[in-house]
Amino acid sequence: MSSQEHVVVIYPHPDDESFGAAGTIASYREKGSPVTYLCGTLGEMGRNMGNPVFANRETLSSFRKEELLKACKALDVDVRMLGYRDKTLEFEQMDQVAGHIQSILEEIEPTLVITHYPGYAVHPDHNALGTAVIEAVSNIEDSHRPELWVQAIATNYEKELGEPDIRHDVKPYWDKKMAAIETHLSQASGMMSLIKEKPDFNENEELEHLRYERFYRWNFTN
Amino acid sequence: MEGIVKGKVQQAIDQFAEKEVFVHLETTNGAYASHFDENAYNVGAFIRNAKVKYEHGKIVGTGGAFRVGLKLDLGWVYAEGVTDYEIDDQGRLLMAGHDREGRLMVALQISEKPFSHESVVQS
Repeated sequence: MSSQEHVVVIYPHPDDESFGAAGTIASYREKGSPVTYLCGTLGEMGRNMGNPVFANRETLSSFRKEELLKACKALDVDVRMLGYRDKTLEFEQMDQVAGHIQSILEEIEPTLVITHYPGYAVHPDHNALGTAVIEAVSNIEDSHRPELWVQAIATNYEKELGEPDIRHDVKPYWDKKMAAIETHLSQASGMMSLIKEKPDFNENEELEHLRYERFYRWNFTN
Repeated sequence: MEGIVKGKVQQAIDQFAEKEVFVHLETTNGAYASHFDENAYNVGAFIRNAKVKYEHGKIVGTGGAFRVGLKLDLGWVYAEGVTDYEIDDQGRLLMAGHDREGRLMVALQISEKPFSHESVVQS
């Protein structure tokens, strides 16, 4: 099985892969399984411009594209950019986005797909792309359909969804994960300080979020 | 970008007056505002490549943050909280307001050609 294993990670922004799944990705790469990141947008409407500021609205996409390529190099994964626009994914025709993703998945033939859990992923782009990915994977013929893991990040999602099916302690890959996050220079310090500024900031809890990468296994019979 | 130099920005605003120009206007407090603080609201708006012609425009304010208003035939373009500017290599006037951490809170940009992000990926 493992020799044919291929993981496809599908998130909308450069850095979602590093914050959300870098340890999981690293564990598959360690086993020799190929991993491909399908990155929905270039995050060109992000508000973090580096600290101190080095990007502007027009140049941000170039910095983030570079950062994405560096992160994927650090994680040793292939990357494909899907070409959508940051913040606008939820306004696209969902069946078109799903069809686009399905065609790529049918070409790669992954055994596992990872995306966000629609409705529990905070950012509208996360929710929209997660919805499209679920539709895409559902439309793949039974015999070829990969396993699908979805990631929730909303506060207190466990209360509604129960315990995640998969809980990866990524401590063995911690350095790799931090290195991947740090390649996203325009975003990393801003995101990290946002986390620290939270009124209820609890360092241990935040480190837990980064340390345990959690996913639900999608059930297609629902 | 660098801190607003009022005279230079005013000069650039004047140069675009009475011409058909493209405007990018945006404000945001980020998609994670209410995620990181449950008492906060997620608010944002942007309009990219609005084609307008303004009769005149002004940058007003003292101290760190400025207001910019462009008077149109039938209305106004307005931005508050502008702290930095740049006239880029394409002659576009980019203005933005950043918070202490360098996050963009407001942007107003004027160009004679439509804006397209520097790295555009074709799908």
